[in-house]
Amino acid sequence: MTPAYRFSDIKSVRDALAAVGYLCDDAIATVLYLAERLQKPILVEGPAGTGKTELAKSLALALSSRLIRLQCYEGLDESKVLYEWNYRKQLLRIQVERNEEDAGREAHHDEWRRIEGDIFSEEFLLTRPVLEAIRADDPVVLLIDEIDRVEIETEALLLEVLSEYQVSIAELGTVRARQIPPVVLTSNGTRELSEALKRRCLYLYLDYPSQEREREIVISKVPEISERLADEVVRVIGLLRSLDLQKHPSISETLDWARTLIVLGIEHLDEAATSSTMNILLKYREDIDRAQRELLGHASKPRA
Amino acid sequence: MLDVLSGFVDELRASGLPVSVTETIDAADALSVIPLDDVAAVRACLSTTLVKSADHEVAFGRVFDLFFSRRGLPGIPSAEILIETESPDVEEIFVPGRLSGNRRAIDPRELRERARRALASGDEELLTQTAQQAVELYGSVESARPVGVAYYLQKTLRALDVESILSQLLADARSGTEPGERIGGDAMHDNLVRSELMRHADALREEIRREIARLLVDERGAGAVARSMRRPLVEDLDFMHASADDLVAMRRAIYPLARILASRLAHRRRHRRRGPLDIRATIRRSLSSGGVPLEPRFRRPHPSRPEIFVLADVSGSVSAFARFTVHLVYAIAEQFSNVRCAVFIDGVDEVTGIFRRAASIEEAIAEVGAKADVVDAHGHSNYGSAFRLFAQRYGPSLTKKTNLIILGDARGNYHSGESEILQSLRRRAHRVFWLNPEPRSYWGTGDSIIGEYAPHCDGVFECRTLRQLKDFVDRLA
Repeated sequence: MTPAYRFSDIKSVRDALAAVGYLCDDAIATVLYLAERLQKPILVEGPAGTGKTELAKSLALALSSRLIRLQCYEGLDESKVLYEWNYRKQLLRIQVERNEEDAGREAHHDEWRRIEGDIFSEEFLLTRPVLEAIRADDPVVLLIDEIDRVEIETEALLLEVLSEYQVSIAELGTVRARQIPPVVLTSNGTRELSEALKRRCLYLYLDYPSQEREREIVISKVPEISERLADEVVRVIGLLRSLDLQKHPSISETLDWARTLIVLGIEHLDEAATSSTMNILLKYREDIDRAQRELLGHASKPRA
Repeated sequence: MLDVLSGFVDELRASGLPVSVTETIDAADALSVIPLDDVAAVRACLSTTLVKSADHEVAFGRVFDLFFSRRGLPGIPSAEILIETESPDVEEIFVPGRLSGNRRAIDPRELRERARRALASGDEELLTQTAQQAVELYGSVESARPVGVAYYLQKTLRALDVESILSQLLADARSGTEPGERIGGDAMHDNLVRSELMRHADALREEIRREIARLLVDERGAGAVARSMRRPLVEDLDFMHASADDLVAMRRAIYPLARILASRLAHRRRHRRRGPLDIRATIRRSLSSGGVPLEPRFRRPHPSRPEIFVLADVSGSVSAFARFTVHLVYAIAEQFSNVRCAVFIDGVDEVTGIFRRAASIEEAIAEVGAKADVVDAHGHSNYGSAFRLFAQRYGPSLTKKTNLIILGDARGNYHSGESEILQSLRRRAHRVFWLNPEPRSYWGTGDSIIGEYAPHCDGVFECRTLRQLKDFVDRLA
């Protein structure tokens, strides 16, 4: 069976995402296109606030699929990633069985086996996001957010799913996928992911956008902004990102800043406006000092 | 195409990138579903399947340019030609094509004007064109010279005189003759324009470098050029021999590195062992299993954080290394209960206060260079006298929780080593480590007295690259 591809070429990916308000460049579109053709998960890394999670959300929207999201955190384990047995229900089932026995029936020798087969059936299985994604009947997109937060052992749990699209359940056997959904994993790079995981994924590094693309994003997300102010905003952001700061302003911070300027009724950037709203863009005191100096300080001799 | 791919992968591996066989197969699969005449798509396709770390992106780009990008050959997957430049007939078809296509004489004045516009606007296409023409005009390959991109790059940049164009543009921006909207007052406008010009100039330099590399590929073949351009990855660069550009790249690598280290150290400390039983949480948990405490819960352990005292040799030969190490230690300072730092040449001075006061680590390091009183008599490292002074002044403050980290090449300029002082320091401290930025094979040669000190340390490590430094810090906490 040849799966029906939902994207016919690279350009169609870009158009589909643009239609739901995500402006992506060719590299991003190519990776998404390949992910569908090769049926491989995408590992997205990059600085915070460059639209990694947004990419998965927009992809789901563009494919009119349901987004299943697994937010990772330290201590996340199998029972929250794949599946868990509903033991309350199992206990209840056993209870009912015992009551029937008390009511007079002779306990049968192979009664236990029957109950065991009974309580470890799909009826008593609680599916967690990853299992749910591969067993869903409707189209879904699976987002595994901030995979770098889980321990390396939990990461290993995902390997089987991501390469074979199946889950092995000890009592039940192997559960195969009803569909192979697009999978997006995001990482903020707080630790190196394992080689095994990286090998199985397509890799996408989402960097800060080019000045031009960022201007488009600002204009599309903050429609009330004037072209000129949008231009000024991205130019200042460009300078800030070229500095050696602890934390560079992200796209979401650019948008916040643009919205703030609109709310404050600022039509053109000047020293006062920039300086008083800098704290929206930069979150460290040293960074703000540095930026003030580089942006507003008096022209020193040009750097060679 | 498969031959091209495997040649490409070989070169990536030679540059230090880990590329597995499955990834190569993925790349081949991926190439089969995209249009091969679209260089950008081919690039995205190879990068996403073969390169799994942002740090390797630069090295990938360099190799990709050599193997795949070709100007003026639309519609032809150029790599297939490029890789086989050894076979003479291909070369014949290929090289003249390039020459005849660009034979038109270029007027230097016109080129200068074009460069001016490219730098002012930062327009990618214009930058690329400028780079092509500049290389065409000034960077003609001399067949007798060994393959070396840097040489031609310098030659072209000098001839084009980018510096004077930049200063003129800046002057124009100041006086307001340059069209375009002004932002804010003079200072802000000036700063913005200057920053943009600098970035455009960097882009132009990069374009010219790529263009020269392509030209050299035509002459010598991709393999030869790639070999000559092979550069170690940032984490494998040697502290002692790094160029100015390398140092910048390494400094940029420190923050992400520190973040990874810090989160790993914090995580490991929390998980190393279990704390005492948490009765309340255990009982709460037991409610869901009918009151039977199936899963015991434990409190999180709070082991004490180690204390660090860094003693760094800042004499000329090893100062770059000391700067990096101190930088890294301070970037993860929250992971330690206390970080102190002293620097020495032949005198010793504590510089902890400078770090606490300064706004950024860079500033602090600059201030240390200017203020620390580290020269006692001669201005050459004297480990013996430095240790003696250190023991006198700071010895009493070392405790059983202190990790003393000594940074230096142990080249004592034939002064007496006085290793018994180090021995006494070790008795006071928890552990003593020595990080030596020299290759292990040089240890003990000439005036190196690392052998004399080694028995009095808990560990002596060769530490020439960021990777080795990272491994050490990882071991420490």
